[in-house]
This record gives sequence, structure tokens and C-alpha cells, in this order.
Amino acid sequence: MTRYIIRRLLWGVVLLIVVLALLFVMFRVLPTADPAKLRAGRQQSPKIIAEIRHNLGLDKPLLEQFWLYIKNLFLHFDLGYSYYSNAPVKELIFNRLPATISLVLGGAIVWVVTGVGVGIVSARRAGSRLDRASMGTALVLVSAPEYWLGLILLYVFAADIGQVRIFPGAGSYVGLTADPAKWFESLILPWLVVAAGTAAIYARLIRGSLIETMGEDYIRTARAKGLSERRVVLRHGLRSAINPIVTVLGLDIGVLLGSSVLVETVFNIPGIGRLNYVAITHADFPIVQGTVLVAALFIILANILVDIAYAFLDPRVRYT
Amino acid sequence: MSAAEPLLRVEDLRVEFPTDDGVVHAVDGITYEIHRGKTLGIVGESGSGKTVSSLTTLGLTRSQGARVSGRILFEGRDLVALSEEELRAIRGNDIAMIFQDPLSSLHPFFKVGFQLIEAVRAHQDVSKAAARARAVELLGLVGIPDPGRRVDDFPHAFSGGMRQRAMIAMALANEPKLLIADEPTTALDVTVQAQILALMERLQRELGMAIVIITHDLGVVAGLADDIAVMYAGRIVETTSATVLFSQPQHPYTWGLLKSIPRLDGSREDALVPIAGTPPSLINPPSGCHFHPRCPYAQPDHARIDPALEPVPDEPSHHVACLLEPDVRRRVWAELGSGRTPDQAIAAVGLPSVSQPPADLGEESR
Repeated sequence: MTRYIIRRLLWGVVLLIVVLALLFVMFRVLPTADPAKLRAGRQQSPKIIAEIRHNLGLDKPLLEQFWLYIKNLFLHFDLGYSYYSNAPVKELIFNRLPATISLVLGGAIVWVVTGVGVGIVSARRAGSRLDRASMGTALVLVSAPEYWLGLILLYVFAADIGQVRIFPGAGSYVGLTADPAKWFESLILPWLVVAAGTAAIYARLIRGSLIETMGEDYIRTARAKGLSERRVVLRHGLRSAINPIVTVLGLDIGVLLGSSVLVETVFNIPGIGRLNYVAITHADFPIVQGTVLVAALFIILANILVDIAYAFLDPRVRYT
Repeated sequence: MSAAEPLLRVEDLRVEFPTDDGVVHAVDGITYEIHRGKTLGIVGESGSGKTVSSLTTLGLTRSQGARVSGRILFEGRDLVALSEEELRAIRGNDIAMIFQDPLSSLHPFFKVGFQLIEAVRAHQDVSKAAARARAVELLGLVGIPDPGRRVDDFPHAFSGGMRQRAMIAMALANEPKLLIADEPTTALDVTVQAQILALMERLQRELGMAIVIITHDLGVVAGLADDIAVMYAGRIVETTSATVLFSQPQHPYTWGLLKSIPRLDGSREDALVPIAGTPPSLINPPSGCHFHPRCPYAQPDHARIDPALEPVPDEPSHHVACLLEPDVRRRVWAELGSGRTPDQAIAAVGLPSVSQPPADLGEESR
């Protein structure tokens, strides 16, 4: 098991380098805005631009730039400096991380609880009106884009622009350590938006998986033992039906940690996603590289964690 | 309660499943009884209703939308009329069940011990430690070596035979009065089959429980059952003691089952005689005697008249549902018993032979 994890982590590092190489090609070779020009301000002259280019290291050959980046990353854990604000990228990302983690983990709790709950009820009453209503709602939520749903919720509930002013609106995010109550309040709407589509997918997933499991022979055994129906469903049925959820949960969290751009932008939450969004509009390569690197790291780690979790979930799985 | 009262008496049990294609008459009015400490074998092909009737005893067909009528009297209580909660108290406690496929009947993600402990604690208010001790004891009782260690294994670490032993251990957790074994050896290889049957026999002696054993294999019940009921198309077509059934069978379907068992002591030249055709549809069963499309001895009016299960003359405990005259049946079996084929037997007895062998008439019933 330990050897397996080490091997997976080493492959993860290789994968990260490949991701970085792709990023370098995408932003420096393909046509894009010239960061030196963007930085030069109004008094642009070829000389100034060339000077800036030299200062940023953009005049070096591409391979050398890449080598320097990798070297700094692995030797000093240095992600470079923002072209725009000169702040260290590492610091920018670490400052934004708590907001993104709050958003994604809180959202994950909401979507797992509602998704699994609705899925179980639907599976037990498959074909009923309640089931059809739940699955219909799920379809709508899956289809609703996040930015649209976010704007609708703000329009209806936000304290500043809403019709029914219950929840704080966009830009109200407060750190958890600063004020836990306000932190919670400010994240309610974003959590709902992040969770909506995923909860709907999970509900459908659990419903299908549980209906299939309840037809298994070992469920009949559990009933024949004289267990209560509640225990048969929630212990024996759900124990098997939950496995596919664990796979997608790990990946969903990993993906969202790196790319909750839309929700963070709509609700003006100072997280990684918005940092990335702003950086792209400024052609701020180091930040884009840093955020994508972090996103890739989350996804790779999530993948490894899911595989490890599987060994605990299914005793028949063994890694070597 | 008098000694003569049966432990379980099933009266005119009918189980139907409404489906998109029509109503499936899985069990079509069967009556049987079993006394304490005795063994009843229910024998029939796949789809003859034997499994459904036993699942219904425990109320396990309720969740599949079955329509049940008739009575299932267990120690005088009608199980059909009980609430789900009352039935639950009986399941795994007074009546336990083991299933055909031990590979899929244990939950793959729970340890064997956990599943045994759960069975104990479903009906007994004991501590986890006590239940665990009981689980180890049960595994030892069914012949699992080193039970104290194996109790913490997951089912996939057990062989097929060991899993069936674990299933039996689980069924015995609360010392049931009745054990229903649904094809307990079908999924196992032959040497393991014999071990499991011997185990069941020993446990019955030690614990004094009654056993209903359901199988398609007359060989399985031959040594084990006191009485045998033969089912065909949701009905019992013949029932009597095991000795009589093997020596003096009266129903053509039973003959077919007996003649299709391979025998080690027979001559190598003795060909097995399969029962022609396929089991009938339970949505639109054949008219008259349900077996007539596959019966080599069927007469024209057998497609019209539905035989009742009636006592054989001079044999009050032997019932058969067949339209042939008792005397004809005896003579046909005598011919078959001496190694003749059905066609030769028909000629010897002088039955008017039906023109064609009924090979593929099973299709007619679809």
C-alpha cells in the first residue's frame, strides 16, 4: 500500500510537469496579449517594452524560462511574481485558498447531504409522484448554469438588491477566523449554487445505484435475518450504493477547488477562481500558471485519495 | 398444542405477480404441512414456484408487489395476515432461510462475524461481545476451522462451501424451529454438496429443527427428506413419503424426474430420458392438466380436464394429480422401472398412443 502511494505520488509530479509544459506553450507560444505591453502603461516605446521584457525574463529562450520556473518551484517552492502587482504568487494563492476551501467543502456537505437524501427517498419510492418531482427538479438543476442560478438567487434573496432580503449579497465574504457567524451567512447562497447541479447528479446516481443494490441477493439475506427495513436500506443497501458517490465526490471536490471561477466571480468571493479570472484578463502569466498548477495538484491528490479510499470501501480491492 | 398439530401448514397458497405482460401465477393453490423435526423436500424445475412459495412464507415477496391468498399457519398463526413488524420478529428467529448462491448471499463489504453478530442481535438483547462469542461458536458448529480467527474475515476470503456454511451458521443464530433451504447445494461442487447435506442432517439431529429443502435435484432430497412434494407449474402434482416416492411414484412428471437422474449403479448403456419440452408459461398456463403438452401418456381429454390432487387408492398419505387410471399408472411405472422407454411402456400397457412425441409442444403454452 505504501509503495503504491509513493508510486502514485511520483507519477503525480510527472503529470504536474507535463501540465506546466502545456501551460507554457499555451500562453507564450500561442497568440496572446503581450504582458510587457500591458505593463508599459501609456508612455510605451519599444525600448521600455524591451526593458520590461528583459526584467520579466521574457526575452530568454522558452526552454530556459521553463527550466528556471521548474527549478525555482522545486528548489524554493517559488511560483514567481505577479506581472501586475509584483506580489509573490505563492502568497497570493495562499491568501485566497481559505475562501475557496470554505466555498467548496461547505458546498460539498450541502450537495452530499441533499443529493444522497433525495436519492434514497426517490429509490425507495421509485415511480411515485415524489420520485418524479425530485428527478424532474434534478434535471432542471443540472441544466441550470451556475452564473445564471447565482444571479437569480442574488436577485431574489440578496440583502442589497434582493426582493426578499434574507441573505448577504455579493462581496460580503468574511474570513472564518474573523467572524464565524458572518462567514457562514455570507456563504449560504454560494453554497447553494455550488451544490445545486452536483446534488442533482448525486441524487440520480444514488437513486440508480440503490435501486440496483436492493435487488441483490445479500439484501434478501438481510431481510431474511429479520432486520428492520430501515437497517436493510441504510446499512446494507446504502453501504454498497455509496461507492460510486465516493469516486465522483473526490474528483468533484478536487476539480472545484481549482476552478470555482464562475461562482466566486458572481458572488465576488476572494478565492483562487477569481484570482485566476482576474489574472487572465491581465495576461498575468505567473498567477495563471500558479493557479492552474494548484488546480492540477488538487485533482491529482483527489484521484489518489479516491483510489486509497476505495481500498477501505471495498475489502476486495488490493493495491500492490 | 397437540403433538399432532403440524409446525407449518400451508393451505391453498396462491401467489401472483402482476406484470406488464399479464399476471404471473407463480404459486397456484398449494397445500402442504411439515411436522416438528421433520424434513420436507419440495422438488421441481426452475419456475415451478418452489422458491416463491418459500419466500412468501417469510413475507419476502411482499416488497415485490406479490398478491398472496390462502393461509400459512406457523404454530397456529397465519403468517399471511401478520403485519410486517410481526413477521420481522419471526424471520431469522423462528424461521430461518438459506439461499442458493452463497457467493452473492453474503454482503461483500461486511465481515462474516459482523453479519453473524447482526443476526444474533436482531432477535436477542445481548452485548456485542456476547454476540461475537456466539458467532464464533456458530462458525465452529458448522465446521469452519479456526473460527476465532475466521470470524474477522470478509466473505471473499471464504470458499463457496465455507460461505454456505457461514450462511447456515447465520440461519442457526437464533435456533429456529424451521429452516428453509432453497437449493442450498446447487451452486457448490459435488463433494462440497455432500458435506453441506451431511452438515444439515447433523444439525437437524442436534437442534431438532424442521427443514424444508427446495431443490430441482431428487438426488439431494433422497437421503434427507421424510416427505417429498413435487411441484409443476405452481402446483403440487404429487406428494408422499420419500420411500414411496422413489419406489411407487404415480405422476408422469415424477417419472420423468426419476428417469433423468444419472445412476452410478446402472448400466452404461442405459440412456437418460429427458423430459421433453420446456416449462410452461405461468402467465397463460396450458389448459387442462398443466403437464399434458409434455406428457408422453396424455390422452385427448387431458387437455380439457384439470386434475385435482387426490389420494391414491389404498394409500391415504400419497396424493397425486393425474388423469390416468391408478391401475394404468402402476403398470406404466412397472414397465419404466424395468428399463423400458416411455414409448415401449405405452405399447406394453396398451395405452392409446398420442400420435406425435410431445417434443416441442412446450411452445404451445407460450
